[in-house]
Amino acid sequence: MKSKLMKSVIGIGALAASTLGPSSAQAEDLTLCWAAWDPANALVELSKDFESQSGHNMSFEFVPWPNFADRMLNELNSGGQLCDLMIGDSQWIGGAAENGHYIKMNDFFEKEGIDMADFIPATVTGYSEWPKGTPNYWALPAFGDVVGWTYRKDWFDRPELQAEFKEKHGRALDAPKTLEELKQIAEFFQEREIDGKKVYGASIYTERGSEGITMGVTNALYNYGFQYENPEKPYELEGFVNSEGAVAGLEFYKALYDCCVPPGSSDWYMSENIDAFKSGQVAMQMNFAFIWPGVESDPNVGGGKSGYFPNPAGPGGQFAQLGGQGISVVAYSEKQDAALEYIKWFAQPEVQKKWWESGGYSALSAVVDDPGFASSQPYAQTFLDSMAIVKDFWAEPAYASLLQPMQSRIHNYVIAGQGTAKEALDGMVKDWNEVFEDEGIK
Amino acid sequence: MSEETNTQSKQSPSGNRLSKVRGLSDRAIAWIFISPTILILLAINIFPLIWTVYLSFTNYRVNRPNKEVEFVGLRNYERILSDSDIWITMQATAHFLIWTIILQVVIGFTLAYLINKKFKGNDLWTTIIVLPMMLSPAVVGNFWTFLYQPQIGLFNYVVGFVSGADPSSFSMIGDVALAPWSIVIVDTWMWTPFVMLICLAGLRSIPDSIYEAAECDRASKWRQFWTITIPMVLPFLMLAVLFRGIENFKMFDLVVQLTGGGPGSITELTSINLKREAFEKWRTGYASAYAVILFVSIFGIASIYVKALNKVKSR
Repeated sequence: MKSKLMKSVIGIGALAASTLGPSSAQAEDLTLCWAAWDPANALVELSKDFESQSGHNMSFEFVPWPNFADRMLNELNSGGQLCDLMIGDSQWIGGAAENGHYIKMNDFFEKEGIDMADFIPATVTGYSEWPKGTPNYWALPAFGDVVGWTYRKDWFDRPELQAEFKEKHGRALDAPKTLEELKQIAEFFQEREIDGKKVYGASIYTERGSEGITMGVTNALYNYGFQYENPEKPYELEGFVNSEGAVAGLEFYKALYDCCVPPGSSDWYMSENIDAFKSGQVAMQMNFAFIWPGVESDPNVGGGKSGYFPNPAGPGGQFAQLGGQGISVVAYSEKQDAALEYIKWFAQPEVQKKWWESGGYSALSAVVDDPGFASSQPYAQTFLDSMAIVKDFWAEPAYASLLQPMQSRIHNYVIAGQGTAKEALDGMVKDWNEVFEDEGIK
Repeated sequence: MSEETNTQSKQSPSGNRLSKVRGLSDRAIAWIFISPTILILLAINIFPLIWTVYLSFTNYRVNRPNKEVEFVGLRNYERILSDSDIWITMQATAHFLIWTIILQVVIGFTLAYLINKKFKGNDLWTTIIVLPMMLSPAVVGNFWTFLYQPQIGLFNYVVGFVSGADPSSFSMIGDVALAPWSIVIVDTWMWTPFVMLICLAGLRSIPDSIYEAAECDRASKWRQFWTITIPMVLPFLMLAVLFRGIENFKMFDLVVQLTGGGPGSITELTSINLKREAFEKWRTGYASAYAVILFVSIFGIASIYVKALNKVKSR
């Protein structure tokens, strides 16, 4: 009897060890680092499923956007172990890959059957690849994002404004198709009184400290013909960065700033634009698509009062600034296996579908190509249209050194009104050439 | 009994140690006491300084650990001194430095002169005036951005009310002409009380007997002010100028919160520019050379100034 009891105890113990043992032994506390914004809150909720399935605990380190790059790049450069998973900005990918901050994920993707062909091509190029255009992957596309426009549909629909606009411009007051039309609409609303309150044309990105004005002005530059380099000869900038079209694009952005923004908006980025729009100060706002779920649910401007449109075309074509990020495993983490488990879980189509439903922008083609996707939210079609026209800033390892001169030169011209557009772009060519020379590229 | 105890203590190990310590010179004991402090100072002040000087001659980038570090000689120094953008930030710093010091000295001294008079509520007014300097510069920068807001800001409203202009017709921190003054105004608001306190200390150190003697000689109030008050307060004023000069030369937090260096680079002071080079562009070698130039400049100017201050004090 005693030996039977002993055998039973040993048997139960062995069973428990075989079932619970491995998972409890591997249970890790994972920390995911990202920017502090609405999608991050959605990810916290979504990750609860991962915690219950895997037994791992998730912690989150979210940093506000203006300090995000400073804080997280310091963390990576110092080989810090705060973050096991990093949803880093798309432009960091070159530096993170070359400096060994992220682990390369090709073998992992192959082993787990994760195929990059299943994701929106622009997001794979933008968030995962380094060098660009090569099948070397350092991240899984996590959050598709792009600059687009939000407008006050309820104001646009007012018959008296429709009539006045039609009389003035000979067309209906509707979402603009070109940048010139956008400026006309902004001028139309500038300092107009609506419901007893003075309103303004548009809020645009003008922020100086981090990346704001660059993320804004590129939406005009691209569409007037600006190119980062000679497509035939990499790193040749002269005549591409400061082409006639680029000068016209920069002049357009300054004209838009001079004519049609709220007073005091000389240092505005995402949150200031959201505030201006939600408080009824502006008829249109430029912003990344991540804000759209929040606009739709807002009591003042949501529920059909707002509409969405992609960045309008210019004489040089129609493009929009890419935002968004990929999720990577930090090379200094001691919990890389658990971190990869998270990425494997996150890549699943049903998780990606839930990600979209909870306010995240999935980059998985199966989600966005679903026949019901375009009508699933009022902004879904605009998101699809915008993701089809994206362009991104340099993603070189020296991207920060390339970004700062652009911030400075563009802000000096557009906001401070110093010099000409040509001088600003010529200065950028000079600064960027110096950076590439320092890097030993030129 | 006491002799026995003495003998025992001399023979015990602790007694031996005591005798060894007793054998140390005063100088050796002093070194033992100050050596931990010296070591800490060497580690956190002197070593980084020497290391910065070394880095200033290299192309080192802290965000590129895999890149080979090359000795570039004086190239970083040449680039900085011939960079027109750096001279623009120097001009912005000079504008900020000169005007804040002038305004703070004039207003601070005036306030101290008034507060020094005996009147009802003197202590209460002193406390109220001193309040701004007790706040965090980051907080001050942040709330002044609201005060300067063209549509809802109190500052714009008051200026509009007094001048009759539309409050939303001007933007203190968005306008090229006004932005440099916006940071001067806030710094003056915050730090004038500090200058006032130093001046007040100077005024209160003047013995009444000197004024009484001047009264006996029938010196006018105006003459008393110029021949007694000003010369005797001057060393204190110079000290205040030294403190504010050094502080404002390295001004960072308040201006970053207020304007972020903008519009354009109009209010980008040297410390903000240096931070951008070091921690945004990650040009560590270049930024080190920049820091060395600033250090030498401020150290040189401060040394000359302190000599002048000592001359005034010894008069």
